[in-house]
Amino acid sequence: MSQRLATGGRLIDRSQPRSFTFNGKTLQGYAGDTLASALLGADQMLVGRSFKYHRPRGVVASGAEEPNALMNMGEGELFEPNQRATTTELFEGLIARSQNHWPSLDYDIGALNQLAAPFFSAGFYYKTFIHPRAAWKHLFEPFIRKSAGLGQAPKGADGDIYEHYYAHVDVLVIGGGIAGLRAAHAAASAGARVLVIEQSATWGGRAPVDDDFASEINALVAELAAMDDVQMRLRLMGAGVYDHGFVTGYERLRDHAPKPGAPRHRLWKIRAQQVVSCTGAIERPLSFAGNDRPGVMLASAMRDYVVNHAVAPGQRTVLVTNNDDGYRTVLCLLDHGLEVPLVIDARRNPEGTLAAKARARGVTIRDGYAAAGVRGTKRVTGIEICPIEGSGGAVDTVECDAVAMSGGWSPVVHFYSHCGGKLLWDEAGAFFYPDAAKPPLNQSGAGFVRCGGAANGALQGAEAAQCGGQAGAEAARALGLTAPVPSGPAPEPQAEAPLMPVWVMPLNADYHRRSHTWLDFQNDVKLSDVQLAAREGYESVEHTKRYTTLGMATDQGKLSNINGLAVLSDALDASIPQVGTTTFRPPYTPISLGSIAGEARGDTFQPLRRTPMHDWHEANGVHWEPVGHWRRPYAYPRSGETVEQAVHREVKNTREALGLLDASTLGKILVTGPDAGKFLDMLYTNMMSSLKPGRCRYGLMCNENGFLMDDGVVARLDENSFLVHTTSGGAEHIHAHMEDWLQCEWWDWQVHTVNLTEEYAQIAVVGPHARKLLEKLGGMDFSAENLPFMGWAEGQIGGFDTRVFRISFSGELSFEVAVPAAQGAAFWDRLVKEGADLGLMPYGTEALHILRAEKGFIMIGDETDGTVIPQDLGLHWAISKKKTDYLGKRAQERPHMTDPARWKLVGLETISGAVLPDGAYATAPGYNANDQRNTQGRVTSTYYSPTLERGIAMGLVLNGPDRMGEVLNFPGTNGQIYRARIVDPVFYDKEGAKQNV
Amino acid sequence: MLILTCPNCGIACDETELTPGGVAHLERSGPGASDAEFEDYLFMRSNPKGVHFERWRHSSGCGKWFHAARDTATMQVFATYSAQVTGPTAEVLTAIRAKYPDYTLPEGLKEARP
Ligand SMILES: [Zn+2]
Repeated sequence: MSQRLATGGRLIDRSQPRSFTFNGKTLQGYAGDTLASALLGADQMLVGRSFKYHRPRGVVASGAEEPNALMNMGEGELFEPNQRATTTELFEGLIARSQNHWPSLDYDIGALNQLAAPFFSAGFYYKTFIHPRAAWKHLFEPFIRKSAGLGQAPKGADGDIYEHYYAHVDVLVIGGGIAGLRAAHAAASAGARVLVIEQSATWGGRAPVDDDFASEINALVAELAAMDDVQMRLRLMGAGVYDHGFVTGYERLRDHAPKPGAPRHRLWKIRAQQVVSCTGAIERPLSFAGNDRPGVMLASAMRDYVVNHAVAPGQRTVLVTNNDDGYRTVLCLLDHGLEVPLVIDARRNPEGTLAAKARARGVTIRDGYAAAGVRGTKRVTGIEICPIEGSGGAVDTVECDAVAMSGGWSPVVHFYSHCGGKLLWDEAGAFFYPDAAKPPLNQSGAGFVRCGGAANGALQGAEAAQCGGQAGAEAARALGLTAPVPSGPAPEPQAEAPLMPVWVMPLNADYHRRSHTWLDFQNDVKLSDVQLAAREGYESVEHTKRYTTLGMATDQGKLSNINGLAVLSDALDASIPQVGTTTFRPPYTPISLGSIAGEARGDTFQPLRRTPMHDWHEANGVHWEPVGHWRRPYAYPRSGETVEQAVHREVKNTREALGLLDASTLGKILVTGPDAGKFLDMLYTNMMSSLKPGRCRYGLMCNENGFLMDDGVVARLDENSFLVHTTSGGAEHIHAHMEDWLQCEWWDWQVHTVNLTEEYAQIAVVGPHARKLLEKLGGMDFSAENLPFMGWAEGQIGGFDTRVFRISFSGELSFEVAVPAAQGAAFWDRLVKEGADLGLMPYGTEALHILRAEKGFIMIGDETDGTVIPQDLGLHWAISKKKTDYLGKRAQERPHMTDPARWKLVGLETISGAVLPDGAYATAPGYNANDQRNTQGRVTSTYYSPTLERGIAMGLVLNGPDRMGEVLNFPGTNGQIYRARIVDPVFYDKEGAKQNV
Repeated sequence: MLILTCPNCGIACDETELTPGGVAHLERSGPGASDAEFEDYLFMRSNPKGVHFERWRHSSGCGKWFHAARDTATMQVFATYSAQVTGPTAEVLTAIRAKYPDYTLPEGLKEARP
């Protein structure tokens, strides 16, 4: 059984008990425990079920590499799945539930999957679900939906809050073990500004467990903390290294001490001149049958639990090893009064000091032996052994309640690799380590990441510490600082005997054993799966990874990658470096989506742009429509009225009396300078330079591909200045488009542009009584003679400074009045007040759309979609034939653009008067190569017209303008076929009499 | 995330402050150009591994465009320089040749007129 020892525990505080629940059962641990250590301390060996086969699983590691002990944590809006128990600090009231089982952890129906194991072999998704087709729907899909996925998805919105933080430092040290602390000290002593971050809650890494560095660690931490230019953060994990020294960090502020209202996680965005990765190494499991049974644990994790938390995973522990380091666990267990009945060492005659010490203390060592199998189901009860060269026939069985496995160490090279640093293979230690000659490069072409300590392959404690200090000094030197070779104890001579690479245990394990030997615990990938993939022709490690799912779980193969790679290269008869690793990608461990969103949620998700009249709209029952970052009134429903009814009322009132539109969001760009006219001639398809001051002209803007990108009215202010109106959505990108051409192509033209969009409120006064209202306010002559259609004038209206444009997007008599933004709200109020007895009603964007559609005016984004040229829309009148050039002119001459078979704009009227579905296609006889109905047109705008009391639409139709009166079929998604007649797109007041009065 | 120094305002910009504008030094082709020439101008891009001349706009800063000479494989930035030139300047080429001594401009690209 696993249990808490009577004394000891470096990190726990026995005076502070903490109670928590696991699957509803109340258990107790101590402050300083992780959830994993507390569970083990409470004899909870079984902590979850595996993903595919629902095999019982226990804690296997003690840190971020843990593949099994994943928990559903918390409840309600604080619920979160897939949290690693090994990195979850225990707090009072913690609620954890195990995953992947039904109905309970102890009795699981899905475990029957094990019997169907052959069904789940490598590539099963690709192979099994192809035939028969019907089985997919009735058999495979329901099954996969029930079993796929780790943990549960949270149901509601996340109740926690998150934030982002920015930091700029000279040297970032990732990892606060002895190597990282030495690195930080060396760099800071040389005068660098240093940030040192540590993912766990304590400084020192594993040095306090494996070596005697306690006093040095305390001294270094105190010294660093006292230095002005050093920042130290615990619970802050390096997440990813990106181009030019950008590093993300994931700080867990409140996971260990939940507090409502305080940020839970913080995403750090760090810009570092130099990065020193002192991220240690991760021990590898050994591949023997039953290596996934609860109670089989990494040897290093076992001594972590004993030393740090005074938790003994077993009373009788057998060590299976291929190296000397595993013996540290033996000595540690013996020191704590625990039994070690046997060591199974794959090597013959291990002669290292550590093995000798174990032997001297009476431990039996079976050298040249292998674990042949593990007894027990929900926990280990014994281990079978056989000669290392054997196929698995057990020659002996030893009773035990825990198995420690030690397969050698793999440096954590992730942060060297994220951004392109290359790796080398160490034959003796069987691990990849950073190639110092090929680091990731910064903007100057110099390396900006180096590794220190075990991450650099210096696995021995003293050697690792020294390597860390050197890395810190080198980082400082890379910044041009002077850094002496760091002092500190010189490494002791190597006393460990060489490791023996063992990738399959025993070396000739039979099929039954290989198919019960786990490589990837979390994704349930077995040794036999990788071998099968190799037999089926998978030679690339990246392909094999995806085919078998090895290393694709939330732990990203921290335990499994090297073992899987070795098995693959063996099966391919290639060397490991020849086969190569899969790519290390950020983040190092999963980070919360909340931390990525940071503060950008709810009201702060994105900035909200308000027009000067925003508050009035809000106070007057507006129904908003988001338009980019703007909010625009969609309609103003009155009490008892639906939004649709409101829209129809607004349309009719504007046609019959007087409407008021907040048009402030329209883009307003001032284009000025001696070459402004010439510039606008290039920008627009028609001629703008011939426009007279005091006049307005509608224009179309295309990109170099010839496609229509924006439209609007240009007013010539004076000889050198034009005011360009763009669509609401176009203001910023059209301004950018202008600047692009001015700065990068015609830089010798004298033109200056200013985006004035937010400087002015713009109000459209629209309808038969529009002139009456303005005359009531007074101050200018609004007569048709003085201010004709498409004219503009400047002056005071009712005491407000205005510029009035007589332009119309509705077909009605219309004045668009611009006033300085600060006067907008007051001017609007005044118009509303004075217009009351003229029947004034404000109208929103939907009424605007209907009014323009009744007149057959196009709308950018409805009639255009980035593939439509002005010629498609019958806008030839707005395309100059005189100009030798404009943006898009040459493109519009390309054969595809002049093809007479391009779909052209027409009006559409349903036979029944119903409204056509938006985006519906008109069918044509026959079927295309994909067996889909042929089409001959589509609906681009469609509305119910309150004016005409029927549905009206515009659309693009093959040879449309030549087919007036023809009826087309538009199937809807509701099964109904709409029949519509091709008509002129101008539905209302074809002569334009109403706007021109 | 790249850092490029805007030659107009001197700020070392994070990539988030910038908007990319594709390959630099394209020669505009308009009316009168053949279909093939125009297609080259509109669509055909070389996408080299190594030295690349590109356009960037300091869009969340001074608003100005500039050019950058960058290594697409190593992310090294050889130089950032004025948008108002028709090709890389002599100084830019010197910076590139400090790393790649044998570097020559690809076909169709000429050094900026001084
Ligand atoms: Zn700038």
